[in-house]
Amino acid sequence: MSSIQSLSGLWAYWLIIALMMVGLYIVIARDNLIKKVMGLNIFQAAAILFYVTMAKVTGGTAPIVPHDPAHPGGHGEHEILYSNPLPHVLMLTAIVVGVATTALALALAVRIHGDYGTAEEDEAVIYDMEHT
Amino acid sequence: MIEKIVVLEVVLPLLAAPVCVLVRNPRLCRLLSLGVVAICFAIAAAALLEVRGGGVISYQLGGWLPPLGIEYRVSTVNAYLLALVTAMALVVFSFDSRGGPPRVPEQRRHLYYAVFLLCISGLLGIAITGDAFNIFVFLEISSLSSYILVSLGGHRRAVLSAFYYLVMGTIGGVFFMLGVGLLYQATGTLNLRDIAARLEPSLDDRGTVLALALLVVGISIKLAVFPLHHWLPDAYSFAPPKVSAFLAATATKVSFYLLAMILFTIFGAAFVFEELRLQAVLLPLSILAMFLASGAAIFQTDLRRLLAYSSVAQIGYMTLGLSTANVTGLAGGLVHLFNHAVMKGGLFLVVACLLYRVGSVHIDALAGIGRRMPLTAAALVIGGLSLIGVPGTVGFVSKWYLVSGVLERGWTAAAVLILLSSLLALVYVGKVVEVVYFRKPAETQPIDHVREAPLGMLAPAWVLAVAAIFFGLTTNWTYGVAREAAELLLAGGI
Repeated sequence: MSSIQSLSGLWAYWLIIALMMVGLYIVIARDNLIKKVMGLNIFQAAAILFYVTMAKVTGGTAPIVPHDPAHPGGHGEHEILYSNPLPHVLMLTAIVVGVATTALALALAVRIHGDYGTAEEDEAVIYDMEHT
Repeated sequence: MIEKIVVLEVVLPLLAAPVCVLVRNPRLCRLLSLGVVAICFAIAAAALLEVRGGGVISYQLGGWLPPLGIEYRVSTVNAYLLALVTAMALVVFSFDSRGGPPRVPEQRRHLYYAVFLLCISGLLGIAITGDAFNIFVFLEISSLSSYILVSLGGHRRAVLSAFYYLVMGTIGGVFFMLGVGLLYQATGTLNLRDIAARLEPSLDDRGTVLALALLVVGISIKLAVFPLHHWLPDAYSFAPPKVSAFLAATATKVSFYLLAMILFTIFGAAFVFEELRLQAVLLPLSILAMFLASGAAIFQTDLRRLLAYSSVAQIGYMTLGLSTANVTGLAGGLVHLFNHAVMKGGLFLVVACLLYRVGSVHIDALAGIGRRMPLTAAALVIGGLSLIGVPGTVGFVSKWYLVSGVLERGWTAAAVLILLSSLLALVYVGKVVEVVYFRKPAETQPIDHVREAPLGMLAPAWVLAVAAIFFGLTTNWTYGVAREAAELLLAGGI
């Protein structure tokens, strides 16, 4: 596969990788604890989008069996293409995990702010060196 | 009977946690959690007896048959882990810390027990489940609760350490999730045995190699493999001592099981160690961990930090056993899970005793404490000797099989390096023993008022100290089970 083809055919994955790296960069480069948490959120969102992308079937619809009076419980005359529901369901759990992580991280940031008087990581480290 | 009740390993602590929140009485919560952990240990021990010799216990949640439903599957490998985690939890819970963690007021202490139970439930869940995404969920349950536990330490740095731990742990967790996603993409299933059966790993298949990379890096963060260990010394040295004892004895051990299971069961030893040659990375990192972390431990002035760096070095021994990919070496790594849990758990409990009586575990504050607290100091010496690997202690058993496994592989230099790194352990343990027994206390810090630790603290620490000698002399149980587990893993089973 040439690079142009892979760029056009897999554009969603390229976007996800870009988003993921943006998140990771924020976590590494920013000293502000709140910004770090936001970076983590972007990072997690990229992973969630990855699962959602992989579940999408081209031309597929939501996996709900339509009601057809002529064929109760069946598909009717034509086959319907569905997207894969399983990764979507998994991501509900992952979103809950993400919310819990964010809540805990923010709570810790509040405590750090209370103890150090700052939410900047570098200032907290300096504070610790001065008050041992 | 036993195949019906193994599910209680996860369900009991998971249900007991909200009960603790409702009961709101710290003493009652402590009894409840102790009871729950004791029952879990009894079930794990029964399961281990049941599956030894190649048996398997399988439980289908909700009656849905695998591979579609979630399966809890206990073989020798899982049962060994379950028994290890529950035994350590039992010892740590029976430790009477006289007032709980410093940052938690009396009227909130029931929440502390609830979080502890959640952490145990998560760790046991990772060990027992046979479903890849279920592992991720339990991994996050145990991680989130351990961030909370770490943040409860007395010093303000505890909260900052917990934050670092959270950032690193979350990155590791997301990597793991992505790896599982790629495996699902390749095989269309989440059941571990089903993935293993359908996956045909090859170097040309970039998705599979990427999945392996993401899973290994993600778990390595949680396991604190050498260059990814940065969160561990801070977290273990600022957490409440009881929490350090528990996490040091269990959390990294479960991650090690996860790594071994991914490498051997899912991808298979033939692909990982012959085609991909992962040992070319894992072996140097293990040896670096042994030397650099032990070297860092020598220069620590805080006993907790010293023990935490020593933990990073000990994890190096475990991954070294993993990278040999032969039965003796892997069994050496697996038996070191138990042995290290016993000695490091015991040492952190000793630290808790010292903190309670002396108020500080700075190396200068401990001068001459051996005469005031003879029993505590003796337990410290036994744990220290185990860390070095003196014959007659559990540390010797691990190193014996690790060196045998490495020699079987033909890595003579690595065997020599294991022995040399033990000398570094001798230096840092020797430093502590010298201070505790032979140095005169500073005049600014009189220790005349210091008494022996109370029985409720001393007894659990001594249980582990005695275990460190007992299992150093009889290896039937520990090494016997570890060898069986290693054979099972190398054959690609779980």
